[in-house]
Amino acid sequence: MSTAMSQNRGLGAAIWDYLTTVDHKKIAHLYLVSGGLFFLIGGLEAMLIRIQLMQPDNNFISAGLYNEMITMHGTTMIFLAAMPLIFALMNAVVPLQIGARDVAFPFLNSLGFWLFLFGGIMLNVSWFTGGAPDAGWTNYAPLSTVSPGHGVDYYVMGLQISGAGTLIGGINFLVTIVNMRAPGMTYMRMPLFTWASFVTSTLILFAFPALTVGLFLMMFDRMFGSVFFDTAAGGNAIIWEHLFWIFGHPEVYILILPLFGAFSDIFSTFSKKRLFGYSAMVFATVLIGFLGFMVWAHHMFTVGMGPIANSIFAVATMAIAVPTGIKIFNWMFTMWGGNIRMTSAMLWSIAFIPSFTIGGMTGVMLAAAAADYQYHDTYFVVGHFHYVIVGGVVFGLFAALHYWWPKMFGKVLNEKLGKLAFWPFFIGFHLTFFIQHFLGLMGMPRRYWVFLEGQGLEAGNMISTIGAFLMALGTIIFIINVVYTAVKTEKVSGDPWDGRTLEWSIPSPPPHYNFVQTPLVRGLDPLWVEKSEGKKGMTPAEPLGDIHMPNASILPFMMSLGLFIAGFGFIYQVDDKGWLALVFIGMGITLGSMLTRSLKDDLGHHIHKADLEKDIEKGAGQ
Amino acid sequence: MRGWMGKFRSFFLFGALTILLSGCGVDNLSALKPKGYGSDLLFDLMMISIAIMLFVFVIVMAIYTFVLIRYRQKKGQEDFIPKQTEGNKALEVIWTVIPIILLLVLAVPTVQATFDLADESTKGDDGVTTIEVTGNQYWWHFSYPDDEISTSQDLYIPTGERVYLDMKSSDVIHSFWVPSIAGKMDTNPGDNDNTMYLEAYDEGVYWGHCAELCGESHSLMDFRVIAVSPDEYDQWKEDMQNVDPEADAETADAQEGQALYEDNCMSCHAIGDGAAGQGPNLTNFANRTKIAGILEPTKENLESWIVNPEEVKPGNQMPANLVSEDEASQIAEYLMELDHSDIGSNASDEEVEEE
Ligand code: HEM
Ligand SMILES: [Cu+2]
Repeated sequence: MSTAMSQNRGLGAAIWDYLTTVDHKKIAHLYLVSGGLFFLIGGLEAMLIRIQLMQPDNNFISAGLYNEMITMHGTTMIFLAAMPLIFALMNAVVPLQIGARDVAFPFLNSLGFWLFLFGGIMLNVSWFTGGAPDAGWTNYAPLSTVSPGHGVDYYVMGLQISGAGTLIGGINFLVTIVNMRAPGMTYMRMPLFTWASFVTSTLILFAFPALTVGLFLMMFDRMFGSVFFDTAAGGNAIIWEHLFWIFGHPEVYILILPLFGAFSDIFSTFSKKRLFGYSAMVFATVLIGFLGFMVWAHHMFTVGMGPIANSIFAVATMAIAVPTGIKIFNWMFTMWGGNIRMTSAMLWSIAFIPSFTIGGMTGVMLAAAAADYQYHDTYFVVGHFHYVIVGGVVFGLFAALHYWWPKMFGKVLNEKLGKLAFWPFFIGFHLTFFIQHFLGLMGMPRRYWVFLEGQGLEAGNMISTIGAFLMALGTIIFIINVVYTAVKTEKVSGDPWDGRTLEWSIPSPPPHYNFVQTPLVRGLDPLWVEKSEGKKGMTPAEPLGDIHMPNASILPFMMSLGLFIAGFGFIYQVDDKGWLALVFIGMGITLGSMLTRSLKDDLGHHIHKADLEKDIEKGAGQ
Repeated sequence: MRGWMGKFRSFFLFGALTILLSGCGVDNLSALKPKGYGSDLLFDLMMISIAIMLFVFVIVMAIYTFVLIRYRQKKGQEDFIPKQTEGNKALEVIWTVIPIILLLVLAVPTVQATFDLADESTKGDDGVTTIEVTGNQYWWHFSYPDDEISTSQDLYIPTGERVYLDMKSSDVIHSFWVPSIAGKMDTNPGDNDNTMYLEAYDEGVYWGHCAELCGESHSLMDFRVIAVSPDEYDQWKEDMQNVDPEADAETADAQEGQALYEDNCMSCHAIGDGAAGQGPNLTNFANRTKIAGILEPTKENLESWIVNPEEVKPGNQMPANLVSEDEASQIAEYLMELDHSDIGSNASDEEVEEE
């Protein structure tokens, strides 16, 4: 399975390789490419929104299309861009950081990816079949239940399918981190990125079922005549809001925590210092995850829950600022006294601190329940969540990609282009979103197709649109960098940054089996420990021997394809029962694949010692 | 409770902040130019939270700037290996405890304001007005059950006293927001009805928005709150109660229009008191500050609305081309005669204006 072999096999074989792969490193590539594409689609939608809001009473796109645009922008960015890009990082890095040869469930790992991808495609097919969903990414009932056409049906089926993929992915990483750590890699020696992935996976496990339940109720209301959210028939529309936010608030921490982890690793590497207050950082991560489940109703202060509930959720929400603040200070004190190298990865991380601090501050302001009666559903909230999601998650993704790109692809992204992409994006980001806080307070609600003349909102919206174009420019330069690096740049060693953690102890990109011999971990920042004792690499924890690896399989792809087909059946059987045929075909494919998987023994294969020795000569052992 | 928070404002920092922020936005629309009890209270709460947050931000930025300047790698330092500090208990305790204290400082007025704004102690008392608000795609209905008055789009209230609003929706969720007088509250379908109160300090016309995505014309679901002195308010109520819904129109055109109205429009638009119908109540139409919440109240605008409402508010429920253009003109003639009260008419000239 050497890389030379796969290069000779041509395009068809390469595609087949990716369709069937169960290798976490290749699955990371799949997540990266598809998440990246969805990020561009979501970005395009954002640009259309900003063009529409460039001037008062604009008629660039129609009111109906505008609502589809905001719905798809939010849904795409959260579920189809941010989530998979995070999974790309987790796949690329977590097994390496804990010294594992693969994840716990390689087959499920692949299944998780294909479910996500087919769900995402399904959602976007709606653009071509009569209209995308248009009730907002929050999809509140009864606006969503009465929304005409099939847009919202696509939302329900698409998210249900991709959500199942996310849940599976989360469980996989949970088990991987619990069970597959190398000897000596105790919990309190895990790098922060692994810790954060662990907590995020736990959040996925508990948060996504709420969404699943909500989507099922919505599906039955829209497709099979139930009345869960229909007040006229005794249902209750507010239940959807609760279900959505019981999922939705943890979801925002699912998004940010892994990037918190990545920032921790980056600050430490590029300051040449161990992370300041490691145990406090771990504790803060766990606490944020825990508190994340106690605060969902802060999205519903104006629903009419009454002053007692509002006050409780307000105070609980404020509490989250404490562990978040601890993290900010620990990052700054990691740099304190260090030897700071200003690489592109570090630049994005440094830009993150003030940006995210502002987002956290507006978060606390929003948490003041009564004051939220003014902020809620205005551009102030739009400003807040873009400060945390762009200033936190997106900055974090850029930083992490610059940092781990060499590990994933064996090449360092061009530093000059990296910085050239950073500046327009960073400036554009603040231009776009800072002013939005004021627009909100000046009386501009969010999700407004037009704002009227003479309300003092013209200048602010114009500035915001200009900023958006700068962000687009930054993104384009980043893409140019990716292409340029792929074509021009030289391959680098396994440890281009003078790294501290296990992933930097093996070649870039790592061999199929990651570690020739499982490493022995002797402390926090294991590679640094060895380096500081003058050793070049890790001490192996086992003698050289055969390695057992799982086999590739097309079944995860087939199972997801089946659900994809069945999804269309469910959506269109409302119009014509003939479509039920698709449900049967699709479910047949899925269940058939599951049956095959259950009945057919697949014991994997071994990589023999002799082959490993050959690889070592070529540098695999390092 | 406004008392002690009001005093807070006089502190220097608050003073500066307040002046800075209240330069933002237009009068009678911006939440930063409070003109009523609720918005005033919330403005103070915002200022407290901004002050605390700025305090934290300044500290963070000071450390941040220092670290980046002082510890950035210098030429020839490439191989320097810094001391691997594990942490510092004292520092960590400090940056855990101080934020907790700051948040408690914010939590107290937050809880107070939350309970204050939910207070309903005087509701139903003699002389206290309660108005029923109904959100509809994409218009607002207001009825005054004690006085047997109904209006739509323009909400008349007396200044200087609490007016309670009982709020619900006839279709999807909307949210009632008059930023310069009070915060917002959702109007829900079904039994989840809400109550809030308004208290405007000064006479004037205040801009209201729908703040919860409710469909295509969500951004056009504007309304006005017209605050008048208590005396004028009593006069207005009397004027409204004296309206004879069946009164014949004056000019010939208007009489034609009235007949056309009865045939084509009456099934949805009531004139006189009643619950929210299919369409807005038109009792005092000629006194409206806007047509359909957004258009200037001219006859041409009214005609084009009647012929093609879809053009103005996409997705709204009123059918297009119910009548011909000529008929629309006659109906407009009739509606422009539905002028029953002078109250608020001078106020309605005070458009929101950019400063
Ligand atoms: C100190 C930490 C934070 C606090 C106290 C906080 C508080 C809040 C509150 C109270 C709201 C509701 C505002 C409203 O709808 O009126 C809100 C909205 C939101 N927050 Fe945060 N937040 C914090 C951090 C974050 C982070 C880290 C993320 C994501 C990475 C995030 C993402 C969001 C999103 C997406 C929304 C709006 C969702 C929507 O309505 O579409 N927040 N936040
Ligand atoms: Cu939240």
